[in-house]
Amino acid sequence: MKLSNIFSKRNRVLLRELVITDFKLRYQGSVLGYLWSLLKPLMLFAILYVVFAVVLNLGKGIDHYPVYLLLGIVMWTFFTEATSQGMAAIVSNGGLIRKINFPKYIIVVSGTISALINFLINLFVVFVFMIINGVQLHASALLLPVFVIELYVLGLAIAFLLSALYVKFRDISHIWEIILQAVFYATPIIYALSLVIKVSPVMAKVLMMNPMAQIIQDARFSIVTHQTDTVFGLIHNTFIALIPYTLVILLIVWASWYFRKNQRYFAENV
Amino acid sequence: MADLTEQPAIVVKDLYKSFRLPTEQYSGLKQVVVNIFRRNRGYTTQKVLNDVSFDIKKGEFLGIVGRNGSGKSTLLKLLAGIYVPDKGLVQVNGSLTPFIELGVGFNPELTGRENVFLNGALLGFSRDDMAEMYDEIVDFAELEKFMDQKLKNYSSGMQVRLAFSIAIRARSDILLIDEVLAVGDADFQKKCLSVFRSMKKEGRTIILVTHDMSNVEKFCDRALVISDGRLMADTTPQKASTIYARLNIDESVTDVSNNSQNRWGSGDITIKKLSIQSPEKDGSIFDFKEDIDIDIELEKSVDGLNKDFEVGLAFFNQDGVTVAGPNSSEKRFGKNDYKIRYHLPSSPLQPGDYKVTVAVIDPETDEPFDFYDRALSFHVISDQPAQGVVALENGVWQTSD
Repeated sequence: MKLSNIFSKRNRVLLRELVITDFKLRYQGSVLGYLWSLLKPLMLFAILYVVFAVVLNLGKGIDHYPVYLLLGIVMWTFFTEATSQGMAAIVSNGGLIRKINFPKYIIVVSGTISALINFLINLFVVFVFMIINGVQLHASALLLPVFVIELYVLGLAIAFLLSALYVKFRDISHIWEIILQAVFYATPIIYALSLVIKVSPVMAKVLMMNPMAQIIQDARFSIVTHQTDTVFGLIHNTFIALIPYTLVILLIVWASWYFRKNQRYFAENV
Repeated sequence: MADLTEQPAIVVKDLYKSFRLPTEQYSGLKQVVVNIFRRNRGYTTQKVLNDVSFDIKKGEFLGIVGRNGSGKSTLLKLLAGIYVPDKGLVQVNGSLTPFIELGVGFNPELTGRENVFLNGALLGFSRDDMAEMYDEIVDFAELEKFMDQKLKNYSSGMQVRLAFSIAIRARSDILLIDEVLAVGDADFQKKCLSVFRSMKKEGRTIILVTHDMSNVEKFCDRALVISDGRLMADTTPQKASTIYARLNIDESVTDVSNNSQNRWGSGDITIKKLSIQSPEKDGSIFDFKEDIDIDIELEKSVDGLNKDFEVGLAFFNQDGVTVAGPNSSEKRFGKNDYKIRYHLPSSPLQPGDYKVTVAVIDPETDEPFDFYDRALSFHVISDQPAQGVVALENGVWQTSD
């Protein structure tokens, strides 16, 4: 997995074709087609909004709670899609891997890129909501691409790890489903972090060590409201506050190494 | 750099490959946990390729034949870099098509046109490259009317035609092809043939893996016969064809098993190791008139240490007829002899299948120390057909008046 190879023309062409194919196939035969990638997070948003904002009134005291909630959901949706599709990529392309020698990481990357494209479309919807909600943009909005990249790298790292593990242990898909459920509730997506701080500040700090929590809160800070709590706002020790960012970097390095080490044997094990 | 053209296209040296086959379903965590406690790793190792070595010259059209499960596809996958060898070397000089089978990566839900571009990408072609070649590809495959239909509605012959038309666009120096020509009507096969010929003219190296001998005889310059993971023969397509035909009749080629049913004797002196080969090469396939060596390695018990012995052989042909029975009675072996060789120069044995019985005999009593019935088997092959048991080399036809 040399960098020069990742960006070689041959691999770019292949990656592009795989992503296009994936898009063509995903909504094939459905009447609304591509619209579903917009509709799904919007529907989920509608449900969660009714339950948590209208009924339980969790959004009290948060500026632009609908946009705040939608952004969280959209980012979480990307994370689930990228990791789940990435995990299945190697196994579901077993036929290809057994017959052709090509860089295996391309199919994992192609799975995550499809999710990324969906995510970018959804971000556009978030912007529409921001305008409707009258959100004021600050200079901090310029940082959003950084968090989008961090989110993508995190998703890719986990996809690499899971896809390699999934070749050997098919239980991983079930385990990952459960972990995703747990992490969803451990991440301040539907509830505000301020609620946790009220109960236990230590607990809130621990929750923020999770890169997903850090990324979502940072993204909200950058484009929705400066009143939300970020890891740097909460933890004053810079080194501790850097933990979630460092975790993402360590994870991608370790996951790439692990994937690379195991890919030689995908063809015979898959 | 000057001798770059002299370099072989592919060098394979001492290649070994084995697979771990799970004895039980092994794709769950539960099984892993269970197996840890059992101290049983839950798989058996199967040797698929065993010490295979050969070179392929640039521009050569090589056939690899073998029965199902002989290891020929594994060999091809090792050449293609899909598998990693356990031991040994695969060295490829030049670019190699990553395909080993036609139509890999075809998606039944996409149209023919979309599949052309996807398949092209797997070969390393960009959209523009493919757009340029598109008409030629469709023309060659004779599928103009079907390109906007989904591939799942194609017949298998149509799919192969399309796949073949794309695959031959690959600009690599070395092509690996696994079982292609099985599908397609006579007309299309003729087309394939002319494509192969022109590829050969361009100096490209082609490796064809098949179990259909007629294709090998039609196209190849040279053929390898693989059996039980070993390279059994590296020879002309005609000879390979004979060997392969025999393989399909006879299961065992070199059987040096320790089967007690066909073995008896006092045991004072026993046969430890047996092998048959020609002085030039290993393997149990011989040309007519080739030298044959039979090597016998002995083991002696305390009772047998100081005893003299004789060695006798009996050659049986495929009909069970004893065709020869050489015996070492004129040269008695003694206490210092452990390794015996029977050397048969320019073997007069007719083409066919043979089995050899080996016996170590006590010259005092004529009782066997070790009698090993049909311990070895081998084949003699020839380009010329042969009749009968004996080759009458000195016979002359003349008028008797």
